[in-house]
Formats: sequence, C-alpha cells, structure tokens
Amino acid sequence: MDFLADINNAAPEAILAGFGLVGLLIGAIGGDRISGLLRLLSVVALAAAAVVAAIQFGRGEAISAFASEPLAPDGLYKVSLFTLFAKVVTYALAAFALLMSGGFLKTAQMERYEYPLLIVFGSLGAGMMLSANDLMTLYVGIETLSLSSYVLAAFRRDSIKSAEAGLKYFVLGALASGLLLYGSSLVYGFTGGTGYAAIAAAPSSIGLTFGLVFLICGLAFKASAAPFHIWTPDVYEGAPAPVVAFFSTAPKIAAVGVLAHVLFTAFGPHAGSWQQILAIIAALSMLIGAFGALMQNSIKRILAYSSISNVGFALIGVAAGAEQGAAALLVYMALYVVATLGLFGGVLALRRGGRAIDQVSDLNGLVKSKPGIALGLMVLIFSVAGIPPAAGFWGKLQVFTAGISADLLWLVLVGALASVVSLGYYLRLVWAMFMKPAGEPLDKTDMSVGLVVAITSLAMFPVLTIVIQILLDLAMRAAGG
Amino acid sequence: MTLIAFYILSTIVVASALFVVAARNPVHSVLWLILAFFTSAGLLVLIGAEFLAMLLVVVYVGAVAVLFLFVVMMLDIDFVALKQGFQNYLVVGILLALALLAEIGIVVAAATFGGGETFNPNPGGATNAEALSNVLYDDYLLLFQMCGIVLLVAMMGAIVLTLRSRPTVKRQNIAQQVGRKRKDAVELKDVRPGQGIP
Repeated sequence: MDFLADINNAAPEAILAGFGLVGLLIGAIGGDRISGLLRLLSVVALAAAAVVAAIQFGRGEAISAFASEPLAPDGLYKVSLFTLFAKVVTYALAAFALLMSGGFLKTAQMERYEYPLLIVFGSLGAGMMLSANDLMTLYVGIETLSLSSYVLAAFRRDSIKSAEAGLKYFVLGALASGLLLYGSSLVYGFTGGTGYAAIAAAPSSIGLTFGLVFLICGLAFKASAAPFHIWTPDVYEGAPAPVVAFFSTAPKIAAVGVLAHVLFTAFGPHAGSWQQILAIIAALSMLIGAFGALMQNSIKRILAYSSISNVGFALIGVAAGAEQGAAALLVYMALYVVATLGLFGGVLALRRGGRAIDQVSDLNGLVKSKPGIALGLMVLIFSVAGIPPAAGFWGKLQVFTAGISADLLWLVLVGALASVVSLGYYLRLVWAMFMKPAGEPLDKTDMSVGLVVAITSLAMFPVLTIVIQILLDLAMRAAGG
Repeated sequence: MTLIAFYILSTIVVASALFVVAARNPVHSVLWLILAFFTSAGLLVLIGAEFLAMLLVVVYVGAVAVLFLFVVMMLDIDFVALKQGFQNYLVVGILLALALLAEIGIVVAAATFGGGETFNPNPGGATNAEALSNVLYDDYLLLFQMCGIVLLVAMMGAIVLTLRSRPTVKRQNIAQQVGRKRKDAVELKDVRPGQGIP
C-alpha cells in the first residue's frame, strides 16, 4: 500500500496527530507558561482538521485508506459523507469548546499545557472511531477518546469531586470497553472478519446477535444512552465546567454518529436484530432523561439529564433505519450539540465571587444583570427543548417524521411525552432567569463566552431556522453517501 | 515424541492454571501463573512458533507476572477476609458459571474450527517473526500507530494526574555544588587563647 497516499486520505486525523505530538514536545520544553499559546494553536489545528474534513465532504466521495490484502481488503479507514458530516461538527465544536475554556482555566488555576493537547487527542480518537471501517480501528479510536476523557474529567485533581468523576468514569468506562471488546470478539468469531464489509456480508446467526448486543451496550455507554447513562450526571457534576462543555458536545455527536454508522454499515443487513433494541434504548433514554432532571437543582446535572434525553431523541433516527433516519439523526445531533455548547458555555461561565455557579437559583434575575446573555440562553434553551421557532424544533420534527415513516409511532409518542415533561425543567431555568428577583451580583464574564452565546443563539434562532433546508440537504447528501 | 511432550506440557498448563485459582496464598497464585506461562511457551515451541514463545516468556513472565507479584505483595489486602463472603455468592456464582458454560456451548456448537487446515506457524515461507511484523507494521500500520497514541495519552494522563511541582522542596544542584569556592564556605579566624571569636 502507498503509505503517503493513505496519510493524505486521512488528512484531518493526520493533522491532529501530528499537531498533538509536536505540541506535546513544545509543551514539554516550554512548560505551563505557554499553555495559552498551545491552546490557541490547538484551536487552529482543530479548525484546520474541520476545514479539511469539510473539503473532503465537499468533494462528495467516500474515501478508503489503509487497505491491505488479505487482512483488510476494504481498508481500516473509510469515510463516507455521513461520517464526514459528523467529523466536521465534532472538530469544529471541539475547537469552540477549547476556545471558550480560557477564562475558566485561568481562574481555576488549571492552566496546564496538557489540557488543550488532551482535547486534541480526544478529538483525534473521536475522528478515528468515526472513520473506522474495522472493529479494531473503532476500538482504538474509542480508547483514545475515552482515555483523554477520563483524564480531563479528573483534571482538577485538587477537587475531590473532580477526582471522583474521573475515577467513576474510568471504572465504568473500562467495563463498557470490556463489553465492547467481548462483543467484537464474538462478532469476529461468527463472521470471520473484523472489517465492516465482511461483517455485513456474513449470514445472520445467534452468535452474531450476541456479539451485536454487547457491542451496542458498549457504544450506548459511550453515548450515555439509558440504561447505560448512570455515570453521566455524576461525571458532569464533578468534572470542571469547560470539560463538561467539551464532553456534552464533540464526543457526544461522535458517539451517536459512530453507533449509527456501525449499525447502518456493518450490521445493516442484520437490521432485524438491532432495531428493537435501539427503539427501547431510545425510549428509555428519553424518559429517564426527562423525568430524572425534574428534581435536580444543579445545572450541570440538569444538563446531563438533558443530554441523555436528547441522545434518546437522536436514537429514534437510528432505530428508524439508515434510509429514513440517517439524515434526521445528523441534523438533530448537530443542532443539539451546537445549542448545548452555547448553553453550557454560557451558564457555566457565569461566576459569582470567583466561583462558577451551579444551582438553578444562582440564575435568578439574570435578565436584570446580564440581559444579553439571558436572552441568548433563553433562545438556546428553547432550541434544546424543541420549542418553535428555534432550530431545535425542526431537528425534533425531523426525527419524529423519520420515526413515523419507519412505523415507530409508539416511539414517537413516547418522545412527544418526554419533550412535554422535559419542558418542565427547561422552563424552570427560563423562569429563574426572567421572573425571579436577582440575588448577589455576578462577576464580569469573558468576551469569548458572550461571543459564543451570541453566535450559537443567533444560529439557533433566526439563521439556522431559515437555512435549515440547506443543512437538511447536506445531511441528506451525507445519508445518501 | 512430540505428542508425549504435548501431553506433559498441556497437563502442567491446565494443572497450574487450576492452582492459580485454588491457591490460598496470592503470591503462590502468581507463581503458579508464571509456571502456566512458561509451559504455554513450551507448547508454542512445539508447534514451531518459537518467536511467540520467546515473546511470551519475555513479556509475560519477565514483565507482567513480576508486576503482578509486586502488586500482590505491596497491596495490603486481607485475602482471607476477602474470601469470607464466598458462600453468600455461591448461588449467583454458579448461575453465572452456567451461563458462561452455555455460551461456550453455543459457540462450540455453532462454529466450525479451522476448516480442516493444519496450523502453519510460518505462513508464506516467512519466519514467524517476519510474518508477525508484516501484519503489525504493514497491514495494520494505522492501528499500530494509533496504539502508540493511546499509550502516549495514557502516559500524559498519569503525569497530569500525579506529577506535582513542589517549589518548596530543596533539590541537589550539582553544578552549584561543584562551582562552590573554598572562600564562600570557609573563613579563617585567628582565635586567641582565652578570648573566643568576637
């Protein structure tokens, strides 16, 4: 095989890997003093990876690389338009999440040069698992992402909560990786191949279904879908705020995308064995996410449950199957993670007396002290909740339409119920911001945070709502390719 | 002759694996494990995969098992107390074991092994070290490199989470020590009897 051509085909990942290694060297020499510079360079590298992936998407062809006879005839690495779409969003959001983290890192004294590099390596893992065309590549990508995530969750090592979050995430994540590996080995045993094409070509058998179930368990854990969601609220609560903003955006769309991609491509012909499982996982996630958040007072926990619930909505698209669901799922996830980035970033960047706020009551009267941010957050909350005319509504409409056209009416009804219930806690946030009397004054916020809130909320309300058709067309193209 | 060696070695492997689980003292368990590794290496030599055999000895006996031994000896775990609740979990344990046995049964019943091909330790005429490196460094080069990145991230993580800079700790500075002159440290005083140093 031609190594240089393969590297060229895998350019976004090559950029990230190369930058990560060089950056580590720079960091090791320069120390924590240049962490600000490294953060900016990492943002540039992530943006470059996103741009290169977007160019590949624009070229509109599936790319396959690292093929070899007879072990991996279809290549270990392959990107379709579907995965490229998810990759562009993943890299871009990782860049934004990193860009926003500056102020927090400074005040929390977490300015260490490893932080941006871990996000770069994590994004590399996310991209690698999306580009996988082989269960082995998938696993290596997932491990790269997971290991970076564990460390990031525990990054504030002086805080007991952060250490607890890291340890909990690590132990449960290792278990999920074990399940995933066990499933992969069963699939390999019963199909005779680890490549997606080989698995798709193999006849269905009980052993394959066994392996598939374990594989779904492992991937659902990474996407924090119920009933594998238990870690999410605890990890989100304990991890530092900018890390949570990263967790809930870039790896989230990557995990949901990879779950969909594996099922659609490798197990597409075996759809009968996973569609029901996915429908049940989707229903459970939506309900648990909606009801679980009702009694929470911590904003981070509410957002954790919100992300569980929203992964459930996206999984309706997976359960609906590749033809109906793929585009809807991409649109939904893309809209959701962009809104979440603004929401998380906005809420968690608010500080009172130098400490990040975390209770719903801390938001009281925000409209008086920071009317711009309060208005932006309201739009973002409406979008996440799926209230028209915010863009999130159209995303929800897409997955519901996909569900109905795949004869999953019951699932759509469960989804509608879950969205009504979840309105309860979303509106509670809005109520606190607009109707409650203001408490102690908040600290000044950074420019970058206000900017991200403004951009994302503008995107959610007028811009994307109007251009949603374009996004849909892109996603349709992605789903077709 | 090979057959006799095979049966002797495999009996030892199975028996020592049994003792790994059965031994009361965890240090003995690890020693049995080492024996199991050694005899498995012997089995690999028998089928002609001598590179794998040496690798097994070097990696597993040389590194992994010794690491286990250290962990077992360093950790202050009361293994007797740990095993006390054994009866409580017996029913669940047996059920789990049965489930696993059933799974193995399903796999064995459904799978056809090997398709009658004989095992070839040196495929395509290459020695098995060569065949292995072809797979590792050529076919699966991407995975090999990505594994390197996984390990790098793990190493970064260990350093991020444990390395603390302690500015208050005084460290030996050899250059400073060597560069020290006699006149910086020693001062000659003329001490007169009965007067002391003023």
